[in-house]
Amino acid sequence: MYRYDKYDQAMVDARVEDFRDQTRRRIAGQMTDDQFKPLRLKNGLYLQLHAYMLRVAIPYGTLNSTQMRKLAHIARTYDRGYGHFTTRQNIQYNWIKLEQAPDILAELATVEMHAIQTSGESIRNVSADHYAGATADEVIDPRPWAEMLRQMTTFMPEFSYLPRKFKIAVIAAEEDRAAMRWHDFGLRIVKNDAGEIGFEVYPGGGMGRTPFIAYKARDFLPQHQIFSYLQAVLRVWNRHARRDNIHKQRMKILVHELGEEEFTRQVEEAFQHILKLGSDFPQAEYDRIAAYFAPPPFETRLSDEIDRSDPDFAVWVDQNVAAHKAPGYAIANISLKPIKGIGGDITAEQMEVVADLAERYSFDELRAAHTQNLVLPHVRKQDLYAVWQALVEAGLADANLDLVTDIIACPGLDYCSLANARSIPVAQKIAERFADEARQKDIGELKIKISGCINACGHHHAGHIGILGVDRKGTENYQLLLGGSGDENTTQAKITGPGFDEDGIVDAVERAVEHYRGIREPGERFLDTYRRVGMDGFKEAIYG
Amino acid sequence: MAESGNPIPQAASEANYLRFREDSPADEPAVSLDSFFEQPNAVSVRIEAGDDPQRLIPHLSRVKLVEVDFPKFRDGRGFSTARILREAGYTGEIKATGDVLVDLVYFMRRCGFDSFAPDVAIDPAVLEACLNRYPHVYQHAADDAVPIWQLRHPELANG
Repeated sequence: MYRYDKYDQAMVDARVEDFRDQTRRRIAGQMTDDQFKPLRLKNGLYLQLHAYMLRVAIPYGTLNSTQMRKLAHIARTYDRGYGHFTTRQNIQYNWIKLEQAPDILAELATVEMHAIQTSGESIRNVSADHYAGATADEVIDPRPWAEMLRQMTTFMPEFSYLPRKFKIAVIAAEEDRAAMRWHDFGLRIVKNDAGEIGFEVYPGGGMGRTPFIAYKARDFLPQHQIFSYLQAVLRVWNRHARRDNIHKQRMKILVHELGEEEFTRQVEEAFQHILKLGSDFPQAEYDRIAAYFAPPPFETRLSDEIDRSDPDFAVWVDQNVAAHKAPGYAIANISLKPIKGIGGDITAEQMEVVADLAERYSFDELRAAHTQNLVLPHVRKQDLYAVWQALVEAGLADANLDLVTDIIACPGLDYCSLANARSIPVAQKIAERFADEARQKDIGELKIKISGCINACGHHHAGHIGILGVDRKGTENYQLLLGGSGDENTTQAKITGPGFDEDGIVDAVERAVEHYRGIREPGERFLDTYRRVGMDGFKEAIYG
Repeated sequence: MAESGNPIPQAASEANYLRFREDSPADEPAVSLDSFFEQPNAVSVRIEAGDDPQRLIPHLSRVKLVEVDFPKFRDGRGFSTARILREAGYTGEIKATGDVLVDLVYFMRRCGFDSFAPDVAIDPAVLEACLNRYPHVYQHAADDAVPIWQLRHPELANG
């Protein structure tokens, strides 16, 4: 994986001092809270209901054991002994003291990590396929490009105050595991007929209160023009977005108002101009970065056999282990969705277990997935049993990847000052309702996503089943949505009808699931059945 | 940047007017973009956040001062305005006015702003620290800072 050189390190160290000074001036009363707010947000520090929350960047979800141990240390020293992995492959801490935030950043800098641009009106952490470098279905590893974009979008002067946040995702496979078209700027790396690498470019996506799926603006952008193209997109948006209503300032709204054709025309015009300025980086720099992502030294002539004599282990293998490109290796997913737990939460001790497993069994590499789970990307099949035993010991061996209990939920009203309703207890009640392993297995792949307000941090628009918490005359009310997806056939979920109270929504989900089980055809997932039959039958089953 | 030092200029005659230029300031007040086109002798022009700076490009040869207003510090349109003017070859003064905060001046300098007339005076000591904090830059801008990728590949500079 990528390692900082003296330049990267100097920039991160400087940001620590920058933020330390900003915090000092705020505490000394030299700036107002209104002035400090955007500065701290650009460094990942939110004020939540009960305390500050610090969001730490995990670029494209890749980290090593040293970094994971540091995250555990921070959880233990500065927080309450745990952290929370997010839907942008980041980790956040919920109980941070403002005066300690600069020290945490200094600790992160010692392991080549930071919190730069993890919130606020900025270009956020670049996300990528969490199977990058391990899956057989990718054109190339997308992470060198994600790292290039990380560097080039760090402290971009022209975009110091964008209208809103801006999210980038990069994938290089047919299968989309990163919800790429739900981003402001989605990229798929492709190879053309001449064998050249380039990008399919998808601008204008985003969830929030006004969801849009990104459209394709380019079938093939030559790879070394990507930074010019990105600058053109950002410039058109920065100049022409509304500035009078924070809810209408995301780029997706401008794309919608101008129309895809006109937005593309303006971008192409700006692009032709910016391209001439020569700001794209050269092949030599791409090669330098790509060398860090060279495949690890996989052993050859390994057996592909897995000893399945332990039935519990076999269940975990079938559900949580994915195919690897190298013979004898596998991708092992670690579920952070225990039935009675809080999705994405992990204790300091568990982080250390995972760090040890990465170091010993996965070439010192870990991934955070946008689904709020972790990944050991390169495990020898013969080591899977030992890995699983250690996970069982640590309470991390839930065999529910992509099943009905593998739920994405935002922090909701338990933590967040924007929320209208709690998300975590709803996720827990649904998980308990479907806790039976055989039933989960029978239901099959089903992605439930829960947001506690219309800002959609819990991705309810992309849920096979989405749940949106709203405030209805002072009580929490939950709307049910069906048919969303963040995969390569991206769709937006549709609302079923009137909302439910907390117990009612759990019953409604169960009725939808049982309807599916009753009418599915062989091999159909919930989403396939919904797409085949449409909303009406489900509506009738849910509302009777 | 830090290596070359970034001294703060002496305060010009006007209060709260920081100027990073050697030449003498234009001595006539800036007029709106529309007025500028109606007054063939005008040399100072004011661009509001919603104005299109590209309209000015055919007339840059007679411009000595462009004022770019920041109605609130969260409104970042002025950053693109300065870039567009510099990319069009404009070498006269670009002055940031309005809600200009000290933490933004470094990035404004990189976009081509070379004078500042903020609504609220900037603490010179804080400004000096902000301007000298970052030892490097990751990308080209309107200044002559060499991006990190270029520093990593000195062999390319001679090619």
